[in-house]
Amino acid sequence: MSVITYAEAIKQAMCEEMRRDENVFFMGEDIGTYCGAFGVSRGMLEEFGESRVIDTPISETAYVGAGVGAAVTGMRPIVELMFSDFVAVCYDQIINQAAKMHFMFAGKVSVPMVIRTAAGGGTGAAAQHSQSLEQMYCHVPGLKVVAPSTPYDAKGLLKTAIRDNNCVIFLEQKKLYRTKGEVPEEEYTIPLGVADVKREGTNVSLITYGRCVQMCLEVAEKLAAEGIDAEVLDLRTLSPLDRDAIIRTAKKTGHVVIVHESVGFGGFGGEIAGVIADSEAFYYLDAPIKRVGALFCPIPFNPELESYVLPNTGRIEEAVRAVMKEEIR
Amino acid sequence: METKDIAQAYDRDFLRSLMVKMMTVRKFEEKLQWLFAQGLIYGTMHPGIGEEATGIGTTAALKKDDYMLATHRGHGEVIGKGVNIDHMMAEILARDTGTNRGKGGSMHIADLDNGILGANGIVAANMPLVCGAALTIKLKKIPDRVALTFFGDGGSNEGATHESMNLAAAWNLPAIFVLVNNQYGMSTPLRKVVKDMDLTKRAIPYDMKCFEVDGNDVLAVYEAAKAAREYAVAGNGPVLIVEHTYRTSGHSKSDGNLYRTKEEIAEWKAKNPVIRFTKVLLDSGLFTQEDIDQMDAEAAETIEHAVEFAKASPMPSPEGIEDSVYAQ
Repeated sequence: MSVITYAEAIKQAMCEEMRRDENVFFMGEDIGTYCGAFGVSRGMLEEFGESRVIDTPISETAYVGAGVGAAVTGMRPIVELMFSDFVAVCYDQIINQAAKMHFMFAGKVSVPMVIRTAAGGGTGAAAQHSQSLEQMYCHVPGLKVVAPSTPYDAKGLLKTAIRDNNCVIFLEQKKLYRTKGEVPEEEYTIPLGVADVKREGTNVSLITYGRCVQMCLEVAEKLAAEGIDAEVLDLRTLSPLDRDAIIRTAKKTGHVVIVHESVGFGGFGGEIAGVIADSEAFYYLDAPIKRVGALFCPIPFNPELESYVLPNTGRIEEAVRAVMKEEIR
Repeated sequence: METKDIAQAYDRDFLRSLMVKMMTVRKFEEKLQWLFAQGLIYGTMHPGIGEEATGIGTTAALKKDDYMLATHRGHGEVIGKGVNIDHMMAEILARDTGTNRGKGGSMHIADLDNGILGANGIVAANMPLVCGAALTIKLKKIPDRVALTFFGDGGSNEGATHESMNLAAAWNLPAIFVLVNNQYGMSTPLRKVVKDMDLTKRAIPYDMKCFEVDGNDVLAVYEAAKAAREYAVAGNGPVLIVEHTYRTSGHSKSDGNLYRTKEEIAEWKAKNPVIRFTKVLLDSGLFTQEDIDQMDAEAAETIEHAVEFAKASPMPSPEGIEDSVYAQ
């Protein structure tokens, strides 16, 4: 095992896959000499050269679409969108093209492509560079959506995503880039669609993904001292979704709090709650399901306003206490 | 080219095949209109009657392995590139034997065996896609291959078009952008949506080679596409071809033709590429009227066969449809 950052883990995954398969290439804005806005691709231009680490014009529609066109003709592009908010600039190529081609053309083509993108808030980047838009991709059949929370998961999931024959939206929470974790020296992959219990518990289930996993773990540790034993389920992949893992943990604890950074209203938490309400897990609930998400508000710039709008450990703790109290009543 | 020179310049079979293909496209679309009127086609479709020389002339210059993307008005483009007409008709009649097994319809005909990466329902969405196909050719160093897309005067004003032409030029991609200027974006005339009607100028800011051609002259279209292909294959970068034509049919089945005069349509019907090429062939001395009639009968037979095939084909089963969303 070695301890590396989330950013390094992502780079290692890309490099290993590019060494393994000559059809894999990487393109995006300022990924070469600049090494990407978050420094993820340091050293890649030197190793792979300009034909496989391609700086693009600031033309998200053109280069994301070019990724799709390359994917359907035999390449396996990794495309970096500097900020996930920019997806709004090139939505057609993702939603109407990449997601639909395999189905619409009756399986004659596949779109083996990864769109890596920096998502989420907490960096003072304000309303157009801080959003968590995962529910928008999850709603589109044909896309896969991955949101890893640790370096280990990021590396294993990205390698799988690059080998996948579909368009995978790979969401990297910006605040996670500098976080560290253990990653094996030897090669490994993690399948898409398999959630991971990051902390076993018996009293309440915190179902989450991405940056909020760490927050949930902190809350769980704090509440453990009071005898509340929380389980933290990291979904890791949102589409395909590990429904069984959600149902299993809900049945196990009977109390569910869903936590994500994206806006609560219309957020992916509604789908998670729906999975529980739609299944036998419903009968095991001892309290209503609670959701914690960002407020229904664009992400503001001011640091105090920003942290007020985004979910935080205080709000998660409050939600856990509320569902536990509900049982007593 | 003078008509008398045609006999020297072209192989008789080649000329014949251009004519038969244009007639096939015309009859295919006329048949679709008839089937629509009979209530036998679901959804919508966008005929390009009067534009046959653009699809057929352009694709005649392509090789089987060249990549091609068609527009929503792309029946002629995909027929020219070699799609199986039985399967295409079956697709439009929503059959399981269709090119897309009934999942795509008229706007999404795809045939990878003939390099057809799909017709597209989104205006100008093909522009970025063709860059990607051309990038594959460049990265894999595939010799003697290009990627070509059609788009329209309407699509020429999409942001995707400008981004893509710039990207293709900056990366020196073997891409050909074919602008079929039929003068209307659905109902809106070009003059209302651009200040400068000269669409060839769209190549200038991207330092791109451009050919301009009478899109109703199938041989002129072919020559332009052939020159464009040679230019792109030689590693000179992308090319724009502007082909001027006119759609005498309505935009789709909902078109009441409120935006243009009967006189204008009649004028262009008289100039349509099938009539025009008929005259060229007769004047060349290589073909008699009897030959032309025979070609017409051949095209009609192809279409009748396709309709019979489609009608006799089963509808697709919904079973397992969710399992066909993702590739394995």
